[in-house]
Parts: sequence; structure tokens; C-alpha cells
Amino acid sequence: MPEATFRIHRYDPERDGDRRWQEFTVPYENSLTVLEGLFYIQENLDGSISFRYCCRAAVCGSCAMYINGRYRLACQTNVKNLEDAPITVEPLPRMPLVKDLVCDMTDFFAKYEYIKPYIMHESQYPEKETLQSPEDRHKLDNPVDCILCGSCYSSCPSVWGEDNYLGPAALLWAYRFEADTRDEARKARLSSFDNERGVYRCHTITNCVEACPKELNPTEAIQWLKGAAVRRRIFGRWK
Amino acid sequence: MIYHELIVVGGGLAGLRAAIEAKRAGVDVAILSQVYPARSHSGAAQGGINSALANHPDSADDTPEKHTFDTVKGSDYLADQDAAKQMCEDAIPILYQMEHWGCPFSRFDDGRIAQRPFGGAGYPRTCYGADKTGHYLLHTCTNEAIKAGVPFYTEWFVTDIVRDADGRACGVVAYDMTAGGFEGFQAEAVVIATGGAGRTYSNSTNAIISTGFGASLAYRAGVPLKDMEFIQFHPTGLLTTNILMTEGARGEGGYLINGEGERFMAKYAPKAMELAPRDITSRSIWTEILEGRGIDGKQFVYLDLRHLGRDKIMERLPGIRDLSIHFEGVDPIDEPIPIVPSQHYTMGGIDTDMDGRTEVPGLFAAGECACVSVHGANRLGGNSLLETLVFGRRSGAAASEYLSGLAQHQRGAAEVEQSLTRMDEKLAALTLRSDGEDPYAVRTEMTETMKEHFGIYREEQIMQAGLDKLLALNERVHNIYLRHSGRVFNLDMIRTYELQGMVEVALTTAAGALNRTESRGSHSRTDYLTRDDENWLVHTLAHREPDGRPKLDQKPVALGLYEPQERKY
Repeated sequence: MPEATFRIHRYDPERDGDRRWQEFTVPYENSLTVLEGLFYIQENLDGSISFRYCCRAAVCGSCAMYINGRYRLACQTNVKNLEDAPITVEPLPRMPLVKDLVCDMTDFFAKYEYIKPYIMHESQYPEKETLQSPEDRHKLDNPVDCILCGSCYSSCPSVWGEDNYLGPAALLWAYRFEADTRDEARKARLSSFDNERGVYRCHTITNCVEACPKELNPTEAIQWLKGAAVRRRIFGRWK
Repeated sequence: MIYHELIVVGGGLAGLRAAIEAKRAGVDVAILSQVYPARSHSGAAQGGINSALANHPDSADDTPEKHTFDTVKGSDYLADQDAAKQMCEDAIPILYQMEHWGCPFSRFDDGRIAQRPFGGAGYPRTCYGADKTGHYLLHTCTNEAIKAGVPFYTEWFVTDIVRDADGRACGVVAYDMTAGGFEGFQAEAVVIATGGAGRTYSNSTNAIISTGFGASLAYRAGVPLKDMEFIQFHPTGLLTTNILMTEGARGEGGYLINGEGERFMAKYAPKAMELAPRDITSRSIWTEILEGRGIDGKQFVYLDLRHLGRDKIMERLPGIRDLSIHFEGVDPIDEPIPIVPSQHYTMGGIDTDMDGRTEVPGLFAAGECACVSVHGANRLGGNSLLETLVFGRRSGAAASEYLSGLAQHQRGAAEVEQSLTRMDEKLAALTLRSDGEDPYAVRTEMTETMKEHFGIYREEQIMQAGLDKLLALNERVHNIYLRHSGRVFNLDMIRTYELQGMVEVALTTAAGALNRTESRGSHSRTDYLTRDDENWLVHTLAHREPDGRPKLDQKPVALGLYEPQERKY
């Protein structure tokens, strides 16, 4: 039977934070994904291995990992498409670790929640829906597909260098609301990204664009926010 | 021990909507979820959410009443008609609310929310955001919960629902996955919103965490599970992975094609064609396959979108295209998609009333884990997202009202402590054992048994054999041993706990299916071909016996609006 070798990053906080690599051999079939390989290992070879999973259909963002030197969703990664053997599986780099392939997402989500990721609306809502043209709706196509997997955040050198920087995902979401014709936040959200934690920390390195498994473009969104923030500062004008 | 007035177990759409409602009523509420709320399985819903907004040019005279009729007819008359009516009426304000909360619905040229045709519906009334409607709604509600200030206990896996000496729900015990270890939560009331039990089948479209474990906790706590024999098979799961290909693909005009190149639905539903309800469409596909007309005689047919053209596919079905490319290696712009009917939805669930109340005071349930029942024997596409929001909201409101009526607060601390001790002892017992049953062998046998013995077509002897297998597994599941005793993120433990609940839930499906000697909706028996309203226009209730076996009972269906008639499409 054909086989695939997985080289897995192991880390156990209960064993003095022991970090090591461990290899496993998994039966190969044409449709094998990295996530299925991890489940095979967990079920048959080593019950102690830990990783995140949920939808297995690339929509929940749980299983973002660093596989053969690239950010990928384990569920969406076919072993047959990986060129190098063994298949090297690591947690998202430069994130604090919980165990094995599970990293600590606490800061990531705290920063997401910090930018006020929701519609703010002060005027009276219409009785029915707020009207929005298809063109205005299309401006949101890119950011609303974000699955909060954390790949961009893990890949960003500005995040590595500055713990407080909000990072590409949170700012992409700030853009998602700022660009929405229904949002009336103005200053209320502006203050969360027009500051020393915010947009000016982005130096357009574009790692995030490369890392995103949904092919989104946080860098572009951040430049739009910078423009909006600067216009606001200089001209007192919005959008 | 941690205290909140209200604990919501599950952070999908139903749980989020319940928590937001309670929070805004002034309740101290928290969500405990196995995953960050925005990662819940609600996000995998694709095609849309039904509401008779009458935005579509062809639905100008659509009304909640017509939506109710379609829902009841789709349910093969097993839905409670008052509940279906309530849901379809609530559908209008809840859709506008989601829009006001920022949900990025697709739009018609006039700026109104876009709608598309869906199976079993008399009008195009399925509101959508491309083919990612669940994802958009889930993020909208996660964000609204953040705005409302609902605390999330993320990656907390609830293992017990605790009742006090008076029988009221008074808290939960949960495993803190990242810190490692159990913690008690004392509460005045608990809402269960943990989703469906799709993963009791080996061929499910569902997320891996949709195990039915949450429903099993309510079942253990003494609430019956209702109508569990009704399992929906979605007509179009991807062949290799059973990943969902939305009904919206057919709503946008996609064809189903057999091995002889025919649009075979003409034989089974000449008017509705590919947009017949899911039970009928799945049976039709399965009949084609059984009669040798699958593609190359194999067990699949094609979902063909090629005639829609690149632009329409890219605009309306971009997610379908991505999934098909990544998981099946097929670009639907150029090739037909190989599909197979796949387990998709649990119509049954925790027995509740229209406000999520169960028969245990203080214990509420909403969403797929619950059964009101609005779906009866077959759910219409686009009604599940709707159900989560409508009954999530209603259960959050009902739980808040229940809290304000309580004379005595902070009861049951001792019972929560006792449960906590029991959970620690149970884990110790599982890890101390040095050999026993392999949990994954038991899991595979269970999921294969459900697929093979309780599938689209059912028959007495096959089901009896399946039930016997499950009963044997129900014994074996208590001799499982854990290979890993670590405290932090112990998947071996989580998946073993889940399994024990899953077997009990699977047993309710099996026993209910064997018992119901008729064909109705998704429950299709080759030995009882027709619907039998005289004897079976009733809900099944499964009560848990101490050994985990179900004891069956019945409950009347709420009728009164529509006389049951034969379903034709």
C-alpha cells in the first residue's frame, strides 16, 4: 500500500514544554488531505496529538497551519499536491503555543474584537432593509470572505516586531465595516485603527496577501484605511 | 466555580441569537463553545434563508402564510402547524434585523435583499449572500454578540448538564480545552444550541463537531428526543468528501444528470424538476443509482452547471466552484460535478415548545439540536438558518423571562460540585484502564451502521440488524480506554466522550425508524410504501433508560391550518 510520511511539530506544556519533531507513516490514497492524515495519526498511531478542526470544508478557519513551508488550511490541502516529502506540519509560526499544532489565538481575537467589528448605526433604521446597490455590496466581496484563520496575522513581520499592532485580519475587518454604506461609525471606529497600534504599522510587506488561504488582500484594505484616516486628519472629510 | 445567570451551550447561530436576546434583556449570559463562535457549523450553510419578503419579481404576492403552507407540505404534514406559522411570521422581522446588523446579503438592482428559488417553495423566497449565506450570518451574529458584550468561553467542551434537588437545570460542567481540566458553571438556566447529529453517519455533509453530543446531554438530563428517525439526505454532496453543494446550485438552474445523460427528475417531479424537496430528490437519485443509471453504473450522478456560464457561476456560486476545485478536482465551469446524496440534517432533536422550553424547568434548546417541530419529516432548504435565528431569539427571550420569575437564585452549587467530582472520576477511570475497546473502531462501526442500515431506503430486517449492532456498541462503548491522559487539548478524551453520547443518539434514530411502520418525508420504507395518517401522524418521543437505551412514546402533532394531503411536485 502506498504511504505518506508526516513530520509533525510536537509540543507538550505538561512535559516541560518539550518541543520536538515526530514522524508518522500514514496510508496514502489519492484524495488524502493533511487533515485526514492528522486524524489517522490521532486515531491509530498516537492519541496524544492535538490539532484544531471543525468544518473540513475550508469555511471555518480552524485548521490553518504551516505545511511544507506555506500557510494552508489542512482540510483543503491535498497530499498529492505537496511536492516535498515528508509532509512537514507546523502550527502557525510565531504564535504562542498551546500544544502540538494548536497555537494560542487569544491576542488575535482580542485585536479583532478591539476594532469594533460590527455595524454602528445611529440614525433610525428603515422599516424594511437598508437599501444597498449591488455595486456597493461588491465592495465588500473580498473582506466578508475572511474566515479569521490567523494565517495573515502569523505571517506579518510588523506583528512579530510589535506585540500591540492589530495586524492584517483585524484591519481587514475594520475596512469591511468602513467600506459598508450602511455603517455610520465614523470616529467611533476610526480611533481604534488611526493610532499607534493601527494602520501606520503596516509597511506593505504583503506577506499577508501571500499567506491568505482565501486569496484576500488585507494590505490593500489597510492602505484604503490609511487614506481614509489621513483625509480625515487633514481635511476633516470621510471616505 | 463560575457563575452566570444564563449559560448558552454552543456558539452557532441559535446560541448566539439566544445570548444576544438575553443580554439585551439585562441577563448575565455567557456562551460556552467547543470552537470560537465564528467557526461553528452554521457557517457552512450556503444557499440561503427563507423569508417571504416578496423582493423577487416572481414573488410579489408571496406571504408568510404561503411560506407556512410550503413548510408544512414539505414536512409531509408532521410539522406542528402553529410552530411553522410562527416561524414564517417571525421570518420577516428577523431577516430585516440581520440586514440591519450588517449581514452582507446579495442585492437586487433596486438595492433590496436578493432572493432565489429553492426546493419545495412556491415562490423564490430564499434570501442569500452569494453561496455563503451561513458564513455571513454567522459572522454577523458573532459580531453582534461582541457588540452586546456577551462573554465567550471559547474551546470549552460541556460534558454534563446539572439539575438541582428540585429538578431544575442549575448549571453545567465543562472541560477547558486549552488550560486543561474541568470547571463547574452554576447558572439559573441553560440553553442548549449545539447543532445536529450528522456525524453519527459516515457519509455526512456536517462539520466534524456536529456529533449530536449536546443533544445527548439533554437526553441524559431527562429530556426526550423527538422524531429522531427523520434524517435528511441532501441530494448533492461531493462524491469523495460528502461536502455540501448547495441547493442554490439547482435554484440557479443547475441540472441533475444520470449515466444515460438524462435529466431524470422529469420522471419523479415533472413540475418542480431539480427543485423538488430534498427527500424526493435524494430518493430519485438513489433510485437511479440502484437501477444502474449512475454515471458509468457507479454510485453517483452529475450536478451540471456548465450551461449557467462562467459569469453566473462566479457571481452566484463562487464558493461551490472553489469547493469543487479543491476537494473534487473539478471546475464546474468546464465539467459536471460528481455528487451523491449525503446525510445532511437532523430533523429530530430535543423536544421543545415554540419558545425553546423543555420539560426540565430552566433547560431550553434551540437550533438543529432541538425539535419544535417545524421541519416534521422533511426540512425545506433555507428553513434551517431561519429556524436557528427565530427559535434562538425566542428561547433567549423565554429564558430571560424564566429568570425574572425565579424566587430563589444561586441554587444547586452542591449538585454542580458533585457533577464536577463525577467528571474527574470518570476521566480518571478511563485513563487508568490499560486496555479495552478502541474508541475509533467503535465510532467507525457506528457510523457505517447508520449509513448502511438507516439510509435513504429502509426495511425492517435491515434496520433490526442495525439496531442489534448499535445495542452491542452501546455495551462496548463503556469499555473504552484512553491512550492519552494529558490534560491539555486532549482530543482522545473529547472524541471518546462524544462517542458515548453519539451511540445513544444513534439508537434513538434506529429505534424510531424501526418502530415507524410507514413512509413519510425522509423516512422511506420499502416494506411500508405509503404514509399512514391514521396511525402515524404523531411525533415519536424517545426517553432514555438508565442503560442508555431509548424507550419510545408518542406525542400528537399540532394540526388545524392545513388538512394533510398527498404531496405532489
